[in-house]
Amino acid sequence: MSDQNTLPEGKQEFNITVYTENQIGLLNRIAIIFTRRKINIDSLNTSPSEIESIHRFNIVINETEDVVRKLCRQIEKQVEVLKVYYHTNADVIWQEMALYKVPADIIAEKASVERLLRENGARAVVIRKDYIVFETTGHREETDNLISVLQPFGLIEFVRSARIAIIKDSEGFNRKLREFEQMEPGEDVIENEYLNQRDKVFTM
Amino acid sequence: MEVAQQDVLTAPEQQAAVELTGSAALLEALIVEGTETIFGYPGGAIMPIYDALYDYKEKLDHILVRHEQGGIHAGQGYARTSGKVGVVFATSGPGATNLVTGLADAQIDSTPLVCITGQVFAHLLGTDAFQETDVINITTPVTKWNYQITDANEIPEVIAKAFYIARSGRPGPVLIDITKNAQIQKFQFKGYTPCNHIRSYRPKPIIRPSFIERAAQVINEAKKPFILWGQGVLLGKAEQEFKAFVEKSGIPAAWTILGAGAIPTDHPQNVGMLGMHGNYGPNVLTNECDVLIAIGMRFDDRVTGRLDKYAKQAKVIHLDIDPAEIDKNVKTHVAVWGDCKETLPLLTQFVEAKQHTEWLAKFNEFTRQEEEQVINAELHPQTGEMTMGEVIDQLNGLTNGDAVIVTDVGQHQMVGCRYAKFNKTRSNVTSGGLGTMGFALPAAIGAKYGAKDRPVVAVIGDGGFQMTLQEMGTIMQTGIDVKILILNNQFLGMVRQWQELFNERRYSFVDIQSPDFVQVAKGYGIAGRSIKERADLKGALEEMLNSKGSFLLEVMVTKENNVFPMVPQGCSVSEIRLK
Ligand SMILES: Cc1ncc(C[n+]2csc(CCOP(=O)(O)OP(=O)(O)O)c2C)c(N)n1
Repeated sequence: MSDQNTLPEGKQEFNITVYTENQIGLLNRIAIIFTRRKINIDSLNTSPSEIESIHRFNIVINETEDVVRKLCRQIEKQVEVLKVYYHTNADVIWQEMALYKVPADIIAEKASVERLLRENGARAVVIRKDYIVFETTGHREETDNLISVLQPFGLIEFVRSARIAIIKDSEGFNRKLREFEQMEPGEDVIENEYLNQRDKVFTM
Repeated sequence: MEVAQQDVLTAPEQQAAVELTGSAALLEALIVEGTETIFGYPGGAIMPIYDALYDYKEKLDHILVRHEQGGIHAGQGYARTSGKVGVVFATSGPGATNLVTGLADAQIDSTPLVCITGQVFAHLLGTDAFQETDVINITTPVTKWNYQITDANEIPEVIAKAFYIARSGRPGPVLIDITKNAQIQKFQFKGYTPCNHIRSYRPKPIIRPSFIERAAQVINEAKKPFILWGQGVLLGKAEQEFKAFVEKSGIPAAWTILGAGAIPTDHPQNVGMLGMHGNYGPNVLTNECDVLIAIGMRFDDRVTGRLDKYAKQAKVIHLDIDPAEIDKNVKTHVAVWGDCKETLPLLTQFVEAKQHTEWLAKFNEFTRQEEEQVINAELHPQTGEMTMGEVIDQLNGLTNGDAVIVTDVGQHQMVGCRYAKFNKTRSNVTSGGLGTMGFALPAAIGAKYGAKDRPVVAVIGDGGFQMTLQEMGTIMQTGIDVKILILNNQFLGMVRQWQELFNERRYSFVDIQSPDFVQVAKGYGIAGRSIKERADLKGALEEMLNSKGSFLLEVMVTKENNVFPMVPQGCSVSEIRLK
């Protein structure tokens, strides 16, 4: 039926924030929600949150809001997921970090390292005889920019981290968590005779 | 693991700990959870659990199936008729992978299951050990939750969590993979505490009264409101609440195949079945109603047909326990999140008592047309070979709508669901979302265990029967009473129908030969009969129903008969064809 569906318009980057229990296999459960729908994850970061034992995923995808909302509901359905939020780039403060390894001799010979770093807001992490490793942190354009600057100097290796994002309009998860812990346990979950006979629980 | 401490059933500190093996602890846990029947198949990696089971013969009935797929479908049948959690055992590797179809089936049809698989020793995990398979990763997309236990100490808490997750909220299958060392390991068992709270899990959303009031207002203003109900009503055990709502509001109501039976087939406001092979009226009038009230159903594409032409004129009210279903396929005007057992009475309170006589009459007029053009010929043919419909019609006459009807997948399923009469809830067991051929025979075995005092009739095609017919061995060994009704059209009928209608009759590999089913049944010690003549039909059905124990009846039906009405693929529900 795909031919009948109108082509989705208005795709943009969304930052999905997922608060979860720290459980083996959960990454897989969350990832397959995307792969099943053939949605590419542009960036995925998982880290501890401000609360002990609760993990936080930052996932970036390029999609329409409608699709993102549905995805978030599917993620929130997972047993170990506490809460899912999604935001546009305007609603978050985000950063990515990049490392660049450049041969030391060429850099020393051809460039003013100091100027290079100042102009690109970078810093040197390691300076060795054979190579230098620079680091920048920022948005994609900023980290991309330094690649093109360093390319002529024989950039050996480049790596960029996943995006991490802080939600501008959020009070964190501490209060929300208390709500989760206090939620009344469900009633009537078990219909069976043994439950009225406490001593019978041991059947041996 | 988070278990709310205030509801501890046997406060562990008050209970003297007992040294138990992981296997025995598992069985203790099952007993507390109310398990009576386990469907399973042993193997090396689950042997310690089977060994422990030997000591629990009095308390736990284990049914040895002939294939793990049979085991899990039996578990599903059991869950569907009993409303309890089905429990299934399988060994590692091939045993576990044989569960995958059933897990997918249970997942899509929201069937509560707890499957226990054995796994190799923990120290061998990831080494390609004999019969090692990554069961957790294989089953992740087809389970509501799964977990691997590598230490016996985890067993009580994890099993409690498994049952809670399987049966609460929108139910579903859970798989627990237990390594062999954990099954053997002795540990201090401090009693079993059923789970009723997991920090990160919301089985049901909070009910928002303002949305109920809003929904009631929309319903009260409606001229042509229409109810669509699904399995959510049964899963929520909300049949009474549903009936009260239907009757007070006076609104015509139609069902998805998994919702069948929530109110009796003959209820005056029950206007029939929705979807691709559903009834004429409910399909056409979906595109005419002004308010559509969807209760515990998920707007499957077999129900909606072409989405961009589905009920565009209507305001949609959707009652569902699963927030992810709201707006998933059909945009909702008012969403009523919650368990329909709780939301329906609230809604009923606010809706005005009405009778939509004229509107209901419109449905009846469509029924009349459908009867004239399709149903009469299907149910009461005077000449020619027998039709599937007339077999079901005769069966209705003899069972009074009291039987549990388990259908397989294909034309006979659609005919079965369209024409079977149900007076009672939990009577229609079929593979709705996945459409799994081979489902019916094992599911019927389980259904009988779940509803021991009701007649269970499995209606199966000649194709689907050959997928799991070895489960007649299970019937033989247990002596369980399941009536097997094979509607033999000598074709993979449903595929043939599509080939006829959409592929210029290019009958590519749908001509299927069958063994002498009666002889095969005889080999399993099951009585049987095969008939071709209409004159024999009633008598043969009576013989089947009255026989003591199982019986296989094969009815030879028209080879090239089609199921109509039909909403062709890619068409809107109002384009439903009568021929
Ligand atoms: C496991 C599986 N394989 C294939 C199919 C596709 N399929 C759907 S209906 C059907 C034909 C069923 O034939 P039969 O069991 O003879 O029943 P009939 O349609 O003739 O009543 C097939 C092959 C399926 N649903 N399930």
